Amino acid sequence: MEKQEFTITVYTENQVGLLHRITTTFTKRKINLESLTTSESEIPGIHRFTIAVTETEEQVVKVVKQIEKQVEVLKADFYKKKEVVQQELALYKIATETLTNGLEVERIVREHNARFLTIEKEFVVIEKSGYRRETKALFDELEPYGIKEFVRSGRIAVARQQFGPGKDIESMLQQHES
Amino acid sequence: MATLDLQPKENKSPSAQATITGAEAVVRSLLAEGVDIAFGYPGGAIMPVYDALYDYQDKLHHVLARHEQGAIHAAQGYARASGKVGVCLATSGPGATNLITGIADAQIDSTPLVCITGQVPSALLGSDAFQETDVIGISMPVTKWNYQVTSAEEIPSALAKAFYIARSGRPGPVLIDITKDAQFQQLDFSYQACNFIRSYREEPTIYLDKIKEAADAINSAERPFVLFGQGVILANAEEEFRQFIEKANLPAAWTILGLSALETEHPLNVGMLGMHGNYGPNLLTNECDVLIAVGMRFDDRVTGNLSKYAKQAKVIHLEIDPAEINKNVYAHIPVMGNAKKTLPLITELLQPNSHADWLARFKACDDLEHEKVIQEELHPKHDVLSMGEVIHILNEKTGGDAIIVTDVGQHQMVACRYAEFVRSKSNITSGGLGTMGFGLPAALGAALGAPDRTVVCVVGDGGLQMTIQELATIHQTQAKVKVLLLNNEFLGMVRQWQQLFFDKRYSSTEMINPDFQQLAKGFRMKTNQVTHRDQLDEALTEFITSEGSYFLEVMVGKENNVFPMVPSGSGVAEIRLE
Repeated sequence: MEKQEFTITVYTENQVGLLHRITTTFTKRKINLESLTTSESEIPGIHRFTIAVTETEEQVVKVVKQIEKQVEVLKADFYKKKEVVQQELALYKIATETLTNGLEVERIVREHNARFLTIEKEFVVIEKSGYRRETKALFDELEPYGIKEFVRSGRIAVARQQFGPGKDIESMLQQHES
Repeated sequence: MATLDLQPKENKSPSAQATITGAEAVVRSLLAEGVDIAFGYPGGAIMPVYDALYDYQDKLHHVLARHEQGAIHAAQGYARASGKVGVCLATSGPGATNLITGIADAQIDSTPLVCITGQVPSALLGSDAFQETDVIGISMPVTKWNYQVTSAEEIPSALAKAFYIARSGRPGPVLIDITKDAQFQQLDFSYQACNFIRSYREEPTIYLDKIKEAADAINSAERPFVLFGQGVILANAEEEFRQFIEKANLPAAWTILGLSALETEHPLNVGMLGMHGNYGPNLLTNECDVLIAVGMRFDDRVTGNLSKYAKQAKVIHLEIDPAEINKNVYAHIPVMGNAKKTLPLITELLQPNSHADWLARFKACDDLEHEKVIQEELHPKHDVLSMGEVIHILNEKTGGDAIIVTDVGQHQMVACRYAEFVRSKSNITSGGLGTMGFGLPAALGAALGAPDRTVVCVVGDGGLQMTIQELATIHQTQAKVKVLLLNNEFLGMVRQWQQLFFDKRYSSTEMINPDFQQLAKGFRMKTNQVTHRDQLDEALTEFITSEGSYFLEVMVGKENNVFPMVPSGSGVAEIRLE
């Protein structure tokens, strides 16, 4: 089976150590995590992990089941590339003098729909959100001007459908309360 | 940091409030869970709990092992023999890390355990304090759940959750790490048993359409074949299982952990699956048309090469853990749920059938295996004693009504192949992890968990020496453990593989052993040694009828092999009889 890009979402209780419990599920199978983001979810008190991997569907199905059976995990799902709306955020730090020496950098930033987050005496920080290829394209164009620091966030993604996994979880929780 | 805010859905009447220390709360919580025995080893960070235990000696018996690994294997043996949760106590650092092998063993063999470890005071966490280890981090991949308690108020709710998680659904080990300051703190103690956690489902929903599909498939099968595992025992579904196979005369074979769920002499019990299992069950796995797996997980030691495993069969998988469905073998009809509930639903829909021709196939395979392997193993023609003949005579002495605890290796395979059983929860062995050193302490725990039964620990000379210090615990507790050492002066299973697959290069497998008779005497045990066949019968009679513990050493063939065998990487149908 071919490896492909998957986004795994995990809805959990907010519990110390749960990150380790989830990541060891991947470590055990020597699966590399491309990125992992934790945040609040749409449900109060429920946290969410968004994990990006490139793996075979067969492996992803098994890993997701193993994650879902962990005590503090409410629900784990996986999505193929076309089943999610996804973004990454990138920050690029370059020297301020590259702006004062010409209009090129400003043009690049404008063309990439990026923006200046801050302009300091010594450096500026540019922000760009988008797909990996878009943040990469901006990187490539800025590189000749000297990138002093660069960071890209993990992939965040929501399901390309009316409701996310939270809908099921809410009804699960309501059932339990009644 | 997050705290345990999940309260049980239905509260049993909480015990009366009283201000006590966290350490006493640990003991009172254990008592509230019905625990009357715990296995452990004291040390600095768990001392307050041990101090509290001193006041409750009449209610909670503490078994002082001689090594934490001994303590946890004893807790496992106790859990497997009694069906209750095994409880284990250890201190921080080395005490906690010494538990890890047992925790991993319990995780892979679904044994309910609650392990309580002491931890350095919370103010010292992360400072590399004396005997500090990150036991939460270390144990996370091998526990069903774990949690670190840093304040006394959390103790009752953490332990309530621990017991609920350990015993419910697919059971497993839980570890609760308690900082020393939390043990000293005072709290207003009240205990509420836990029976609900909102993020945790004990059992999956049963789908009746799958029940119907499964029954239809079995009803239309010409060659149905049932594989059963420990799920039957853990669900207390032995009777439901028997009715299921009897209704349509379904031949049934067991995994090593399913052993004893169905009595040996049952006409539908066709034997053992897997690498050293019986000939028929392995060969006919690849000839059945419907394969019905009940409470087992298709371990590689059962399936051999998956690409050559039961490809012709429609697979029905009855399983409580959804993550096991399609993990190793694709289930055409997954029947999720607790086997105690799903089996009767299927049985009700089954049509009686004799399956006489199909059952005759198993009989024919059995006859061939008797001729090629079993006859010689149980009644050897040469002078060297075989492990099989020892177990064969042991069966006569116990009438099949003993708990057989084994270690890991050749003796384990022989004991499981030839020991006879008349009731469930009678075979205790390290199946998934294959932990050498498991046998002796597990037998101690089994003897304390089932005090009315005869407990025989079948052990090899290699594994015995890994936890031999627990003979002292057996002496101290006066547990009636009968140790049957099958001594071949080799790490026999590894030697067998070296013989068959590594050109007889016996690298580091020969054991120059101590004098086990003197050793056992040193541990104040009754001992005996058998070197010739004519001593065996009498020695085993004395072994079984003698009051209390006993150490019997039988010198067996140094280079005997266990057959049949499915060589590693081969398909089950490529099973070798010689």
